[in-house]
Amino acid sequence: MLKNYLLRRNAAILIIFLVLCLAPLFLSDFRTNLLGKFITYAILALGIDLIWGYTGILSLGHGVYFGLGAYSMAMYLKMEASGGSLPDFMSWSGKETLPWFWKPFASAPFAAVMAVLIPVLLALAIGYLTFKNRIRGVYFSILTQALSIIFVVLFVGQQAYTGGTNGITNFKTIFGFPLGAASTRTGLYYISVLMLLIAYLFCRFIINSRAGKVLIAIRDGENRVRFSGYNPTVYKVFVYCISAGLAGLAGALFVPQVGIISPAEMGIVPSVEMVIWVAIGGRGTLIGGIIGAILVNLLKSGFSENFPELWSYFIGIAFITVVIFMPSGLIGVFAQAKKRLAKLMNTKEKANMANMLKTVANTESE
Amino acid sequence: MSTYLLQIFNGISVSSIFMLAAMGLAITFGLMKIINMAHGELIMIGAYVTYVIQNIFVSFADKNLFDLYYIIALPAAFVITALVGYLLEVTIIKRLYGRPLDSMLATWGVSLILQQLARNIFGAPNVDVRSPGWLNGGILIMKDLQLPYKRLFIIFLATLCILGVYCFLYKTGSGRRIRAVMQNRSMAESLGINTRRIDSMTFAIGSGLAGIAGCALTLLGSIGPTLGTNYIVDTFMVVVLGGVGRIVGTAAGATAIGVGNTTFEFFTNASLGKVLVFSVVIILLQWKPQGFFTLNSRALDE
Repeated sequence: MLKNYLLRRNAAILIIFLVLCLAPLFLSDFRTNLLGKFITYAILALGIDLIWGYTGILSLGHGVYFGLGAYSMAMYLKMEASGGSLPDFMSWSGKETLPWFWKPFASAPFAAVMAVLIPVLLALAIGYLTFKNRIRGVYFSILTQALSIIFVVLFVGQQAYTGGTNGITNFKTIFGFPLGAASTRTGLYYISVLMLLIAYLFCRFIINSRAGKVLIAIRDGENRVRFSGYNPTVYKVFVYCISAGLAGLAGALFVPQVGIISPAEMGIVPSVEMVIWVAIGGRGTLIGGIIGAILVNLLKSGFSENFPELWSYFIGIAFITVVIFMPSGLIGVFAQAKKRLAKLMNTKEKANMANMLKTVANTESE
Repeated sequence: MSTYLLQIFNGISVSSIFMLAAMGLAITFGLMKIINMAHGELIMIGAYVTYVIQNIFVSFADKNLFDLYYIIALPAAFVITALVGYLLEVTIIKRLYGRPLDSMLATWGVSLILQQLARNIFGAPNVDVRSPGWLNGGILIMKDLQLPYKRLFIIFLATLCILGVYCFLYKTGSGRRIRAVMQNRSMAESLGINTRRIDSMTFAIGSGLAGIAGCALTLLGSIGPTLGTNYIVDTFMVVVLGGVGRIVGTAAGATAIGVGNTTFEFFTNASLGKVLVFSVVIILLQWKPQGFFTLNSRALDE
């Protein structure tokens, strides 16, 4: 039974990645770029699935980590585009020289490392301060929301350093390759797919390890885990930092493909949407996170192109129905449908058997 | 000197607004452990009800009677928002009993729908509600310090609401039942209290209080579909900081956050002020993780 399940799951993952790898051959340039953006969202969804689906931590402010990773990469790209002089929004805001914390971001490796490291450090601080005091559940979610608002307000307020509400944009090249060229975009797309694969395997590794079992135990009964001798704080901080790192990675891949990052992506509304991707796809299953992220964003693009006003209604109703009627998401619905089909087959067979026996018994008695 | 007094007054005024907004949330959260993310939208509904009543008065009533619209709008906002809250509870929230995180997501969905409805019905831009004439002007305390009547009225309204809720919770039978369910739900059920009915009623009352907050907010500026989102996170902070289950907790939390916001804003700028308030909240939570004023309970999971 388990081997069957594992076989099916691995086959599903293989199919998904095959489709993603072959997609650029069939899609237009614009659509491939869009799909690349969705793939970065899928990496983000993996992180959220890890903390919510497996550990039961609902973080409604994950946009912060996504944004921090994106801004790190954006700072590097902006300095590349400015070619040594002051970035344009700084001169508009009246700054004379480059601020000290911008200078190191001129180097790409530094920016790439910082894109993952800064969110992890922030998550470490916030996670430790909250989980150590057993702040969890609803209280923790509210705090993450407040964190998100704080960062949005901060980034919007400090316009000279961060570009304000307009964010950072007008990038030209990355590592010397022009961002507008189709080849660079395809390259970025395949790098994103590769990163998604690595992230998926990494999450799978964590979940299959003993630490993964403790995480699931924390979700189902944290007090019992504590009484059994484990320290839930350590595990929760650990998984929270990993998800923040994944979010930062997603942000760093997002910015070159989309070409802009603004504080709006860090706000509460996008952060809660990230959670609904996982909820719709199927929390507690890594593949559900990937599917949910790509599917919901496909729908969002579709709606925005044709019926922009209806999107709010659709996503609001989706929130309510998925949470109430489909707690295990689409994956759960598939699994239930399969089970019901199997039962139907089984009962049909049993009914046939019963009929046969009855006719045999009848003919014998005659 | 007058600037400091004005700052203190502004702090108290902001606190009174948070107090009104957070009262309903604290009661609902204390009872059902559910954070209603649509609370901001309930505030918005209260504000729009006031707007609609103002328009009705403008269209159908004598011009001299215009100032009376506000007297009608207050109870109307309460009743209509309470009805909306009751509907919400009966259709959605009751199915999520025992799943607080999921109810956060479901009520977020409701808030998205309500915001878009408001946009479709009233339009996306802000609309103006003209305050009644008897609230214009203010008291002149010192030479350059005028305390506006509007803000004084809101402080008065907030105090009235606190007293009203206190009397309801501590002096009436329904209030006693609510407190019983808040303290120990299963015991209250065993003693014959209909917790389903208490849930619906309390949610309705909490929503009604949000409606009154919305009505009060119309005095301070124009209202729009995003009215709720401006106040919602601060309201949550009030509940987290003050603790649930006791009125004094909400009052203390509202005062702390309101005065803290205005004071920090005064000394730094708006964005740094909010960061400082949040950091102070996190630090204070290290000392009292459940909030400052909580119900004493022996249960491990609150």
